[in-house]
Amino acid sequence: MDFLRPASWEEALAAKAEHPTAVPIAGGTDVMVEINFDHRRPEYLLDLNRIGELSEWEVGADGGTVRLGASVSYTRIMEQLRDRLPGLALAAHTVGSPQIRNRGSVGGNLGAASPAGDAHPALLSAGAEVEVESVRGTRLIPVEEFYTGVKRNALQPDELIRRVHIKTADGPQQFSKVGTRNAMVIAVCAFGLALHPRTRTVKTGIGSAAPTPVRAAVAEDFLNAALDEGGFWDSGKRITPSIAQKFAELCSAACNPIDDVRGSAKYRRHAVGIMARRTLGWAWESYRDGGTSKGEAQCA
Amino acid sequence: MDHAPTRAMSAPAGTPVGLSQGSHTRGGVGESTLRPDGTLKVTGEFAYASDLWHEDMLWGCTLRSPHAHAEIRSIDVSEALAQPGVHAVLTYDDLPCEVRHYGLEIQDTPALAQGRVRYHGEPVALVAADHPETARRAAAKIRVDYAELPVVTDEASATAEDAPLLHPGREDHHAGHVPHPNIVHRQPIIRGDVAAARERADVIVTGEYEVGMQDQAFLGPESGLAVPAEDGGVDLYIATQWLHSDLRQIAPVLGLPEEKVRMTLSGVGGAFGGREDLSMQIHACLLALRTGRPVKMVYNRFESFFGHVHRHPAKLHYEHGATRDGKITHMACRIVLDGGAYASSSPAVVGNASSLSAGPYVIDNVDIEAIALYTNNPPCGAMRGFGAVQACFAYEAQMDRLAAELDMDPVEFRQLNAMSQGAVMPTGQEVDAPAPVAELLRRVKAMPMPPEKQWEAAGEAVDVRELPGGLSNTTHGEGVVRGVGYAVGIKNVGFSEGFDDYSTARVRLEVVGGEPVAVVHTAMAEVGQGGITVHAQIARTELGVARVIIDPADTRVGSAGSTSASRQTYVTGGAVKHTCEAVREKVLELGRARFGTYHPAWATAELLLEGGKVVTDGGEVLADLAEVLQDEAVDIEREWRHRPTVAFDRHTGQGDGHVQYSFAAHRAVVEVDTELGMVKVIELACAQDVGKAVNPLSVAGQIQGGTTQGLGLALMEEIVVDPETAKVRNPSFTDYLIPTILDTPSIPVDVLELADEHAPYGLRGVGEAPTLSSTPAVVAAIRQATGLALNRVPVRPEHLTGT
Repeated sequence: MDFLRPASWEEALAAKAEHPTAVPIAGGTDVMVEINFDHRRPEYLLDLNRIGELSEWEVGADGGTVRLGASVSYTRIMEQLRDRLPGLALAAHTVGSPQIRNRGSVGGNLGAASPAGDAHPALLSAGAEVEVESVRGTRLIPVEEFYTGVKRNALQPDELIRRVHIKTADGPQQFSKVGTRNAMVIAVCAFGLALHPRTRTVKTGIGSAAPTPVRAAVAEDFLNAALDEGGFWDSGKRITPSIAQKFAELCSAACNPIDDVRGSAKYRRHAVGIMARRTLGWAWESYRDGGTSKGEAQCA
Repeated sequence: MDHAPTRAMSAPAGTPVGLSQGSHTRGGVGESTLRPDGTLKVTGEFAYASDLWHEDMLWGCTLRSPHAHAEIRSIDVSEALAQPGVHAVLTYDDLPCEVRHYGLEIQDTPALAQGRVRYHGEPVALVAADHPETARRAAAKIRVDYAELPVVTDEASATAEDAPLLHPGREDHHAGHVPHPNIVHRQPIIRGDVAAARERADVIVTGEYEVGMQDQAFLGPESGLAVPAEDGGVDLYIATQWLHSDLRQIAPVLGLPEEKVRMTLSGVGGAFGGREDLSMQIHACLLALRTGRPVKMVYNRFESFFGHVHRHPAKLHYEHGATRDGKITHMACRIVLDGGAYASSSPAVVGNASSLSAGPYVIDNVDIEAIALYTNNPPCGAMRGFGAVQACFAYEAQMDRLAAELDMDPVEFRQLNAMSQGAVMPTGQEVDAPAPVAELLRRVKAMPMPPEKQWEAAGEAVDVRELPGGLSNTTHGEGVVRGVGYAVGIKNVGFSEGFDDYSTARVRLEVVGGEPVAVVHTAMAEVGQGGITVHAQIARTELGVARVIIDPADTRVGSAGSTSASRQTYVTGGAVKHTCEAVREKVLELGRARFGTYHPAWATAELLLEGGKVVTDGGEVLADLAEVLQDEAVDIEREWRHRPTVAFDRHTGQGDGHVQYSFAAHRAVVEVDTELGMVKVIELACAQDVGKAVNPLSVAGQIQGGTTQGLGLALMEEIVVDPETAKVRNPSFTDYLIPTILDTPSIPVDVLELADEHAPYGLRGVGEAPTLSSTPAVVAAIRQATGLALNRVPVRPEHLTGT
């Protein structure tokens, strides 16, 4: 196994072009587990840790987007981006242990493209584009199109993830994750939800309950129509239980889960419905209160 | 060597003040002296067996079976051998002598598979190479031609008429007494008249219960270093629970006399029963002897799940009857333990499960049967609680159901039937030491309740850390219901059923630099239980010296028995005490010879060693130890035994089979998210009688650790074995979950010290009892919150949500 250590982004792209089988490694929280357990044995490892710009984030010129470097750690997302990316910050809290959060990054979640990656539901519900680059040029891939199958993504063999463009929150966001213990657990299933008052839409993201992370599109359409028709955005009145219930059922229906050692398919469908109903309730409470509701969980 | 495995551990010099409970010498029995390994472990500086290193050493690697049951048609090692860097490849055919099997009780386990593999992960071949990666690559090049065989995975398939036999032609001492050759051992216990008692019962409750396969999940994986010696023998540095038991099993397979296999305990990262059986000991020695080079073997986490036995999964059928006024009339039970492919300690687990199956209750009429199966599932053996854990989960569920049937308070119902000193066990054995079962229940019940809805701080946002799911943010209080549950258990201490359970201690007292120093040498495996600390305390108390050195545990001294069965403080502690007493006698003899004529008290008074001096019981100083000993060292090695036990009768189960009983009770307070099926244990209060807290801080640590391990079994810990293929599905800490600190509740501990006059200092083994009652208490609390039956542990979210 060769260990490639490019000193700059340009060198990294060149190395990836020369060795398309090279596996990028930054925090190593996923890749090293696979190597240690002998699940994979890449010919080349491409170490991105010398490329400082990957660990930086900035706000786009219009203020409406956070451009998050692929290697920005979950710890920094929690500490520095809680206001701009509250859904992703909540998801970051649920990643592994403090040590893992110090090393792991959204770029890694995207590269691995595991349906259980904690960042995915938050990215899907917030709205995001993945900036990928190769010596041939740059592309922006909507995150919905980035996940192409179980642990497969839309990257070409010579491409690397440079950063993720995530829409700055324009309303309350929530994230919930079910695991069989209270911390340091891989998601049995997860759910992200974001209110977008500016466009009067609600977006969702489901993790670990289908071959890829998915949005519950039918549920979103139903809810957006129901909120619109009922004048909820203007009146700020409570969402009726029947609308919330229907939304929850449609979110469950958007799942295509499997039975595995972590949980049954039936449970995953059930739990996604519960999380959908609860997160909608919390987010909507916040919206009604102008964002200061008790619905906002404290995450120390 | 970089990390010298033979470095002596000196007991801490500075001991906490203000904790003395009457001992005249500081740091003695009853004080919370600190552990010498504690800080090193917390800071990551402790040298574990996996840190061993030797100049020129090779790395050993094990090739394991991918199948649970298969015939091995052929093994081709040529490609592996041809790989550069490989020094040896060994299979069954390379074993050096006629003895090729080992085992704790029944020698049914091949050192390497012979013609057949019986479980997923069974060792088939070994490689030694100059780099661990090279060894692994080479192992992958060994070509094994397997023909898969049908598997047996439960009682029905294992005892079917045409079931494949795991061990055809058994000749062990249980073979002639079992109803089927795939039953390792069967123990019935009959007492009283169950049929007649059943007639008297006003209510009868029956239940089927199931306990999943728990793993010890010790943090330091199996590892050791074998160094070939010039005399043709081998020096083995190893993380184990019992050096001499290993030695007895290793030496015959190597074809060496025991004195040529010299073993030294290396840094052990937890055990909980999982190191009682051999793992890589024979393998590393074989490779070292073959190559003439030191060989190190370290399992990774994945391999560790295949490298040691687990807790027996169990299916239990129970029937209890009671009269309307709440007295239990009878109990009938059948306990089926899955022992997996090899016997390990299954027979002894059967003995425990059956003899402790009635729990700490007075039940005059019992009809009990426990069996252990041979199947193609992973081998199961010793784990903290050892057969008593499975039974406790079932009988405590039964107690709650009986109380509900009788419309009685579950604690009062238990107290009404609780045993006390003088009670008779189902085996006919009298409990001849304090058995404060009702009092322990009273104590946990009397503890203040944790406040309700702690996630709601006034005027603040919801604190999700106080809710089920924690920071996973699954509820802000929705669907959350509190439940409270109680349980109490009984565990035996020490090895039972007539086993000659002794320990050896060597104690040397001499003057070094003008100061008396005691050196304590035993073969006790310090696996994290705190035995080293206890030995130093005992030596200080008995010899009245401040400085105690604990020599490394090795096989140059006699056996200390196993660090299991909650026995080390009792038995090896007893041996240290006994030997110190002999040393004291010898010192006084010396004193009398040297100074007897100067002071009449030498002949007339009772003399003590205190503060480095010989004093009378009135406190008068007769001499400094330095003056008494001068250049002489008093050096004595002694064996010590607890009172003997006898085997259980094969048909009636009668017999004084156990040494001592220990008791703990728990109250669990849980919050259950009833919609998502997630549980947060808020508090797990424990009351335990420890006879005498030799080291109160360590006692609290044992209780909290055992409690947490029981919580793990209640909620998450299970090795999942595919019922079709008998393959392990979750051999990793990603999918075998153990409680994190965020899953661990506050554990208030109430320690009772009612002396057992048969035991040194009146102490009672503490390590296991808290593991028993923790699990059923948690599940009882979840039942109270949900109203569900929950007859299986671990309880999963699916069980709580009907999904």
